[in-house]
Amino acid sequence: MTAAAVPAAPAAAAPRRSNRGSLPGFGLSLGVTVTYLSLIVLIPLAGLVWKTASMDAGALTRAVFSTRALAAYRLSFGAALLAGGINVVFGLILAWVLVRYDFPGRALVDAAIDLPFALPTAVAGIALTTLYVEQGWIGRFLEPHGIKIAFAPAGIVIAMVFVGLPFVVRTVQPVLVDLDVHMEEVAATLGASRLHTLRRVILPAVMPAALTGFALAFARAVGEYGSVVFISGNMPGKTEIAPLLIITKLEQFDYPGATAIALVMLLASFVALFAINALQAKIRK
Amino acid sequence: MKDPRFLRWSLLAVAFLFLALFVGLPIAAVFVEAFRKGTAAYFEAIRDPETIAAIKLTLLTAVISVPANLVFGVAAAWLIAKYRFPGKKALLTLIDLPFSVSPVIAGLIFVLLLGARGIFGRFLDAHDIHIIFAVPGIVLATTFITFPFVAREVLPIMQDLGSDEEEQALTLGASGWQILFRVTLPKVRWGILYGVILCNARAMGEFGAVSVVSGHIRGQTNTIPLQVEILYNEYNLSGAFAVASILTVLALLTLLGKKLIESRIRVRA
Repeated sequence: MTAAAVPAAPAAAAPRRSNRGSLPGFGLSLGVTVTYLSLIVLIPLAGLVWKTASMDAGALTRAVFSTRALAAYRLSFGAALLAGGINVVFGLILAWVLVRYDFPGRALVDAAIDLPFALPTAVAGIALTTLYVEQGWIGRFLEPHGIKIAFAPAGIVIAMVFVGLPFVVRTVQPVLVDLDVHMEEVAATLGASRLHTLRRVILPAVMPAALTGFALAFARAVGEYGSVVFISGNMPGKTEIAPLLIITKLEQFDYPGATAIALVMLLASFVALFAINALQAKIRK
Repeated sequence: MKDPRFLRWSLLAVAFLFLALFVGLPIAAVFVEAFRKGTAAYFEAIRDPETIAAIKLTLLTAVISVPANLVFGVAAAWLIAKYRFPGKKALLTLIDLPFSVSPVIAGLIFVLLLGARGIFGRFLDAHDIHIIFAVPGIVLATTFITFPFVAREVLPIMQDLGSDEEEQALTLGASGWQILFRVTLPKVRWGILYGVILCNARAMGEFGAVSVVSGHIRGQTNTIPLQVEILYNEYNLSGAFAVASILTVLALLTLLGKKLIESRIRVRA
């Protein structure tokens, strides 16, 4: 379609019914969206807040700050931070290799990165555990050296690295594609060393995207249950992650206790969500 | 600018090793363990009545929650792509919310709302309606977890393709439904299929949320992932991995479908 073929701007040709846009269906699509969102997401989440509000403040504080709960947060948040960091390092390498290098099997590698999104967490959990137990394919080489991964905090980190694997790659990849190779060439012609170019040109460009990927991987890892619960060992105070503690409390019908821990985790994921939105606004700028 | 040879080779080696460790070995382990006791034992594990019941329940759950999220996803994408209105950003954040809620918490909120001691517990009990520790709870929790998938995949494509054709159809006298079914949906069909595939994979594989609301009643409220857990905890490893291999094949097919659609979308763009 050439410009000459359309003498009048389409906006002027179609009479506007309102300043929202001229197409019909605003009321219906708004109604469906808001009703369904309320029924499936908002009302159930509001129930959690309602339950918390009806709890005794003293009991709530005790549940939030119990020794067992504190150990669980420390483990969940600590392991998720570490896993997120590992994902940033390997995510940057994977994204770089996929964008810049041409090698046989590239399409396969690109597809393999999404596997943690597609593989059900329980399957990932039992598969990883089988690999890292004493007699496992990987465990048998580590056990003689006294390195314990399954049923230890290290196993939790491994499972969290698995679930967070795609995030950094997928956020950094498009930025690297858009990054002007000429800028690097100019930097090189001006006498900048490779390391200098990396530090001054490439890293600043991909950092916001890498941090977004980190926040996404962290948020996913903190709440992760299926992949972690098999490999973690689940010893209270030692290898018990926060989501598992919620389930344990529920099974003991300690609803206030479960709610209190859920609230702490929900707050943490909202902080992560907020950070992700802020970072994405920065990337778009 | 090309990286020097040794750098290329070492980065490639690191990338391949990392993926072999975290993707290749776990997948290989699933199939090796599944067939450890032979093909006959494998098919026996899959033909077990409890496993069949779990497969049926998983299919039922997906058949309800995926279409529900599909209708919602198209409505939400249409709303956000086609109109300007206050609160649009807030609405988008709310749609994304289930992505950042732990699956365990997703299960918990439905227990707090609809369980025996929940907010509506007494009302439901008086009317003999069972949601938690029953099939409706499993469907609800799965729908919550997979809520954003279709909306999130369809929206950017609808936004990219713009509304010019829709506006033209409108001036030619088409009704809203005609525009939706004849113009918009054909335009975004690959995006819809993409969202449905991802939504379905998650719906069939969800573990944490379903685990909280299911009550683990064998043959009744067990989905495939829960059946995997039960067999594994009974030290029936080859059985657990045999059932897990069904889900692994589903995951591999999902990835294949995803790649095929991605190349379609890229060609069109």
